Amino acid sequence: MATTEKQKSDVMLKYLRPQKSFPSVWCPGCGNGIVMGAFIRAVDKLGYTNDEVAMVSGIGCTSRMPVYLDFNSLHTAHGRALAFATGVKFAEPKMKVVVITGDGDALAIGGNHFIHACRRNIDITCILINNHTYGMTGGQGSPTTPADALSTTTPYGNVEKHFDPCDLAKSAGATYVARGTVYHYPQLEKIITAALEHKGFSLVEVIANCHTYYGRLNRKGDAPAMLEQFKENSITTGKAKNMEASELEGKFVIGKIHEDAVKSEFCDEYQKLVEVQKGK
Amino acid sequence: MSDANQDSQQAAPKKKNKHDFSENNLPLNINLSWCKACNICIALCPQQIFEPDRDGRPIQTRPADCTQCTICWVHCPDFCITSTVK
Repeated sequence: MATTEKQKSDVMLKYLRPQKSFPSVWCPGCGNGIVMGAFIRAVDKLGYTNDEVAMVSGIGCTSRMPVYLDFNSLHTAHGRALAFATGVKFAEPKMKVVVITGDGDALAIGGNHFIHACRRNIDITCILINNHTYGMTGGQGSPTTPADALSTTTPYGNVEKHFDPCDLAKSAGATYVARGTVYHYPQLEKIITAALEHKGFSLVEVIANCHTYYGRLNRKGDAPAMLEQFKENSITTGKAKNMEASELEGKFVIGKIHEDAVKSEFCDEYQKLVEVQKGK
Repeated sequence: MSDANQDSQQAAPKKKNKHDFSENNLPLNINLSWCKACNICIALCPQQIFEPDRDGRPIQTRPADCTQCTICWVHCPDFCITSTVK
């Protein structure tokens, strides 16, 4: 675990693209950088080489991440990251395919691809960074913007209810579903590691801060203030079991939410079908 | 029995951590050319070893208090902070 190991600069530098100029394009204090650090340390802990991992992303702030990381990368159309990743996994079943996506990218524009990737249970790790808004285009309301929250498209408060990506993935058929926040770093690294090791569709939802748009419009303060709010508003899955739905209003339930080790994986099933047809 | 008591009395007072950090032996390397002055390390440090400089970037003003708890460098979004302990 990260808290016991001493992480050196070479761990990060091993996986960053040397020709890219740093610092990154993200705003000061953006949670995407923390998730990127957690992902790199998880990959380093599992011992994957740069050629074994493929990163697929769509469009958005979050989807800039494969630009900085020295893996096989695919920067695709808006919302279609999971569709491209399905193709990559199908062509190269031995490759670890990781999809980095944002809340607007995965749930609004690519909502259909998201539920069908869950349904197939294809071995892809999807890291969904949820900052409750569209950051790159200027703070418009997204499917995860909470009710009554302000955004540039809902200046008098959001009248719609928000999506819960973890519940959506669980009911659509994903076999590993977990949620973390950028404040709870050791847990985040642990669930990303577990999701990478899991065979089948795994979703990690990470609650991240967008203090530039969501935080500024909703008076949530700067990056450290938003991280402190994640600490106060988070409840572990163990505690949440015994709580009423009204008590959990506006809170983030963090930890492993669902795991199914029995359901068969899509590439394996396809391979079985090929073997059967060959034998005929 | 009496020897054991004497030994425990003569033992040095318990140190805050196992490292001897000072102004000349800083606990952390901070890559200021990558730092965007987001203040996360300054706000989250449990020992409050940092203070912001004129541009809001961290300076280690109380290096002796650092316990190498890893909070600052895992929460740094720009990978600026690394430990000097090998």
